Amino acid sequence: MMQVLYYAYLLLKAACNTLADSFLPLINLCSLPPPAKYGGRHTVTLIPGDGIGPELLTHVRELFRFCCVPVDFEIVSIDSKSTSDDDMNNAITAIRRNGVALKGNIETNHNLPPSHISRNNILRTSLDLYANVIHCQTLPGVRTRHRDVDIIIIRENTEGEYSSLEHENVPGVVECLKIITRKKSLRIAEYAFNAARQNGRRRVTAVHKANIMKLGDGLFLQCCKEVAAGYPEITFDSMIVDNTTMQLVSKPQQFDVMVMPNLYGSVISNVCAGLVGGPGLVPGANYGKDYAVFETATRNTGKSIANKNIANPTATLLASCLMLDHLRLHGYASMIRKAILATVSETRLHTADLGGQGTTSEVVQSVMREIESKGPRTSEQI
Amino acid sequence: MICLKRSAPSRHLWKEGLISSICTLVSRVVGAMKSQASHPRTFSRGLQTVTLIPGDGIGPEISTAVMKIFEAAKAPIQWEERNVTAIKGPGGKWMIPTEAKDSMDKSKIGLKGPLKTPIAAGHPSMNLLLRKTFDLYANVRPCVSIEGYKTPYTDVDLVTIRENTEGEYSGIEHVIVDGVVQSIKLITEEASQRIAEYAFEYARNNQRASVTAVHKANIMRMSDGLFLRKCREVAENFKDIKFTEMYLDTVCLNMVQDPTQFDVLVMPNLYGDILSDLCAGLIGGLGVTPSGNIGANGVAIFESVHGTAPDIAGKDLANPTALLLSAVMMLRHMGLHGQAKKIETACFDTIRDKKVLTKDLGGNSKCSEFTGEICRRVQDME
Repeated sequence: MMQVLYYAYLLLKAACNTLADSFLPLINLCSLPPPAKYGGRHTVTLIPGDGIGPELLTHVRELFRFCCVPVDFEIVSIDSKSTSDDDMNNAITAIRRNGVALKGNIETNHNLPPSHISRNNILRTSLDLYANVIHCQTLPGVRTRHRDVDIIIIRENTEGEYSSLEHENVPGVVECLKIITRKKSLRIAEYAFNAARQNGRRRVTAVHKANIMKLGDGLFLQCCKEVAAGYPEITFDSMIVDNTTMQLVSKPQQFDVMVMPNLYGSVISNVCAGLVGGPGLVPGANYGKDYAVFETATRNTGKSIANKNIANPTATLLASCLMLDHLRLHGYASMIRKAILATVSETRLHTADLGGQGTTSEVVQSVMREIESKGPRTSEQI
Repeated sequence: MICLKRSAPSRHLWKEGLISSICTLVSRVVGAMKSQASHPRTFSRGLQTVTLIPGDGIGPEISTAVMKIFEAAKAPIQWEERNVTAIKGPGGKWMIPTEAKDSMDKSKIGLKGPLKTPIAAGHPSMNLLLRKTFDLYANVRPCVSIEGYKTPYTDVDLVTIRENTEGEYSGIEHVIVDGVVQSIKLITEEASQRIAEYAFEYARNNQRASVTAVHKANIMRMSDGLFLRKCREVAENFKDIKFTEMYLDTVCLNMVQDPTQFDVLVMPNLYGDILSDLCAGLIGGLGVTPSGNIGANGVAIFESVHGTAPDIAGKDLANPTALLLSAVMMLRHMGLHGQAKKIETACFDTIRDKKVLTKDLGGNSKCSEFTGEICRRVQDME
């Protein structure tokens, strides 16, 4: 009996390790050079944000200190209550300087007038972080309704419905503009196919609503088709967004890589994150030509669970691993990732969002213990 | 109410009788006029005419199935079959045939099968034409888990109410310069008010506890902000119903993890399209989902939302469940709750028994056998 349990434990560990490795290649697709190192240490901008952001990012710093990761954080706070733009400008300057950022979500009060644009959106558009990449994978040890989900979602991050162009020509009639450009659509399609190729993926699906928005989404689809012609080994197909959501909740295993404009990306990434276990598990990355910003995939502030030590740190910790991969610190990234996945597979440490009663600090402690148990690392591993 | 003073002794009783009957008649007429807008019409006696639009593909066979079941249930419905293939009216504008329009205007209730949109016919989608002709402003889709048709989601019981006339589907698109397309999303005060009022009234009439407005006002501040404001205003008049607001992405995230937390959802056009199909996917797909469209002037058209399935048309393989459940929804709208319950129970019992099921439900019976089984159950219930 004990032997059976032991072998099951070994099998689970092996599964976690293979899974950890499958996260790795996704990052190489970015053609950015790694940001400069000074004295062998990288400087990364850290934006705590609101809600659960500050506490989880504190845990990230704690973990990095514990693992002796050669990263220094430059903390830039943004006060979401203030109406001045100084904080945002400081943050953007810091990210421009450092090239990389790790952030929590900044709260947007949607009752304020339209001139007060979402801070997260300003960050994305100013730094031209055009690709939002989310990798949703079923994790071992997490009970979900669907098994074997492995979808990469690539979402256009700067235009579409999020252009913040609205006006009221006639009182009581509001127009909101959705902008689709050829240049940005080609860019995101190119990114998606390149990612698929570099990660050995077979199929790219474009999600759209071109039967209704014939010109807008029609242009997006057209650009995807043009780019697809340059990647003959990858199958390209398209699916209408409402059918896509229906397929996702019944048979998500059919999807491989998905590329889509901004709003549908919001819907699909949240649906996929929900399918693999929730907002606490999935990390997200925003890539631009010169900068990269890492955060959780579903971008929640988690106001209701802030400062209660019950938030799930997995998504933020995995996002920090994505960041380490981006900085070419692959050794540290895979070490931390393996430890996180081993912790997630232990049901007794699951936090409330996964149906357990574990606390945030217990999860982080467990990750640290996992890393410690592997022994000191030699120079070959770094 | 008009009250007339009694003025004479018994020998003028006939006069009093006449006067009081006139009073009752007047007050009844006034009462009926007041209630016509809000309450569904009740038919305790007499046949009600319903315009039946069989549609294309599998439409005719599933319509026949529904008529047969209604006959077996002795429902007081008189069907008037009409064709709605678009014809070019005076002035070159496409419109539905006059007989169809007149029939609908008279009966006010319609049941529609799937309609195909021919690609190069020159006329717009038939569904769009119907929507414009009768100003069908609300699309209602109750999604209830069907016992016996197993999906990964159990105990789903929610209703999506979608604004059906404006929003992102206004069809207003322009090419600004070559390579830049702008789609306009239109939100008006009037339409938002109308849909919010319908949602709350529906909740009240169907004993639902809460209404949730789904929006993205953090990004689309003015347009979704207007929608949200109108919902809040209408909520003030319906204090007995709980009103909440939730971001679209949060709804998607929570919907795939725990759909039981939702009750009635009200939202603009695009979000409604995506969410209603997502919810349909939760309960088993479009083949088992009913749908109703409510229009101005008391018109209501109930329909099945699946496609025409030309590959199985005419082969007696179609599944009439979606159209049948829509017809049941129609009976409830007309106030014939007893009949509705009978037919619905017969349908669910047949599916639960799993002995006679059509191919898409996992069996290998024919459409006529499935229909026959439901008819038999309905008759047994007499």
